[in-house]
Amino acid sequence: MSDRVLGVVCILLAALFIWQATQIETGFIVDPLGPGAFPIIIGVVLALGGLYAIVRPDAAPDWPPPGRLLEIAFAVAVMLAYALFLPEFGFVLSTAVAASLLGWRLGSRPLAAALAGIVIAVGIYVIFHLVLGLSLARGPWGF
Amino acid sequence: MDALSSLLDGFAVALTVQNIGLALLGCFLGTIIGALPGLGPSNGVAILIPLAFTLGLPATPALILLTSVYYGAMYGGRISSILLNIPGDEPALMTTLDGYPMAKKGQAGEALALSGIASFVGAFFATIGLVFLAPQLVKVALLFGPAEYFALFTLAFATLGGVASRNQAKAAIAAALGLGIAMIGVDHQTGVPRFTFGEVHLYDGIDFLVAIVGLFALSEVFLFLEHKGQGKAGAADMKIGRVTAPWSMIKGSIGTMLRGTGLGFVAGVLPGAGASLGSFIAYTFEKRLSDKDKTFGKGDPRGVAAPEAGNNAAAGGALIPMLALGVPGSGTTAVLLAMLLTLNITPGPLLFQSNPDVVWGLIAALFIANVMLLLLNIPMVSLFVRVLLVPPRYLMPTVAMISFVGIYGISGSTFDLMVMVGFGVLGYVLRKLDVPLVPVILGVLLGNEMEKNLRRALTISDGDWSILLGSPLAIGLWVFAIVGFLAPLIIGRYFRPKIADEAKGEGADPD
Repeated sequence: MSDRVLGVVCILLAALFIWQATQIETGFIVDPLGPGAFPIIIGVVLALGGLYAIVRPDAAPDWPPPGRLLEIAFAVAVMLAYALFLPEFGFVLSTAVAASLLGWRLGSRPLAAALAGIVIAVGIYVIFHLVLGLSLARGPWGF
Repeated sequence: MDALSSLLDGFAVALTVQNIGLALLGCFLGTIIGALPGLGPSNGVAILIPLAFTLGLPATPALILLTSVYYGAMYGGRISSILLNIPGDEPALMTTLDGYPMAKKGQAGEALALSGIASFVGAFFATIGLVFLAPQLVKVALLFGPAEYFALFTLAFATLGGVASRNQAKAAIAAALGLGIAMIGVDHQTGVPRFTFGEVHLYDGIDFLVAIVGLFALSEVFLFLEHKGQGKAGAADMKIGRVTAPWSMIKGSIGTMLRGTGLGFVAGVLPGAGASLGSFIAYTFEKRLSDKDKTFGKGDPRGVAAPEAGNNAAAGGALIPMLALGVPGSGTTAVLLAMLLTLNITPGPLLFQSNPDVVWGLIAALFIANVMLLLLNIPMVSLFVRVLLVPPRYLMPTVAMISFVGIYGISGSTFDLMVMVGFGVLGYVLRKLDVPLVPVILGVLLGNEMEKNLRRALTISDGDWSILLGSPLAIGLWVFAIVGFLAPLIIGRYFRPKIADEAKGEGADPD
């Protein structure tokens, strides 16, 4: 079943891709092939692959139970929030919080996770910024 | 003997304090990356690229650092295979078969020493092969025109789909996804934006480093979340003792090592195969040849030597098509290619002419790194064993955070970080669905180059598609591509590691 869904998604994606490829506006300088032809070939390959997956699907993978999917969704949310808040709150604070949350969900006790988060954030800051001179996100307080 | 004098020049490049220091650092990090389950060569190199790049390292030192990591990971994978029965990375899978039984018999030290020596032999001869074979391949590649290059790229995808994956259709899907992602952005030849949906951030296209780190490293974090609490807490019985192998054991394995090296090297040079296949072929061949007393699988030292020689030789062999043709044959060499492209160096025959210092400096550094690795991995192996005890609940957040640091360091853009998380989710779903990730990466990397060659060829022929079959060389490449894609269907899945199927269920870290 999962493979059939994959196949349908691929075919829809291929259709969207090919349609977009035909919509590309070309200017004066055009080579014989133009900017749309290769994407159309790719779209066809994608659609054929999808079709095969629909016709001859593999056995379905073991999807995790809903609880675990929620865990993964939570991790994704943490990472997205991290990306958003990085410029606002600076590297060390954002990283400590994000790493603590991830570590907690990966099975550390809350206190240990918080400590590990701080160690990871400060450790990366010291090694990559202070020692190696990499520029990290600066928050309102400069680190 | 051009190659030898070039190699001597290469040693002059490599033997600076900075380059030796970087090689040592790379070997050390690489061994750790290889030894830690869940962090393999392509993963580790992918995380380190943005760092090497943002640190402003020039091409040669950066390449030395990362290929040392690559070689080191091939050494490191065996440590957890032998001690924990968990392969540290995918190429080390076959080493568990005899390595763990040896450890259970109290021969962990012998197994570690012997596999270290086998790794050295494999990597050493493969690097020599690289010295001599790469310039020959360059000579052939100089005859290539755009049509031949287009055929060559197709060949890489075809063999990757045919040999290395279980389902050709899924490999095709993966390749198309990667190529499609590469199409996003302003078209290089006409300057019109494609597939950008009016989003300004997409005009530059999607940085392949963002895609690679997301697909490989973040998806690993999600897989760990899914499986947390199910893994066995290993480290039960890690008495190593003295890490030496008796001379009789080494002597009994010399033939095995050399055969494993040869087979692994060939597997590595072929596009699409890589180190996992190298160690698999080396082990199965050796088992057929030497398993007279049915000792394989029960702790036969030759069963440890063969796959380790095989995967290290394959790692060296896989560098050949990457450097000489610009077409990587495996996951990690694809990642290394990404770094070269980021540094504005296009691998391929011209690299050998325009930047010989980069190529030969790298090759010389590989020899140096290999010696360092032997020294690190035999006397100091217990240091790495301690690293194995770091639990994933601390390791994984660190991996994720370092990934973010690297990508943010390149672009300083929140948008790129979001895209990277998106790729992480995509990578997780694809791995669950058993869609291989390496063709996706290859597509993202090679897409623009492939299109450029197709369009150039058709510009030359003024729109006549028959130019793609216009030379014997091109026809040969197409035949190869078709055979490589279809042969595994016809001759059955002889070459495919059975045991790898089970373990690979979720697309273990590709090599």
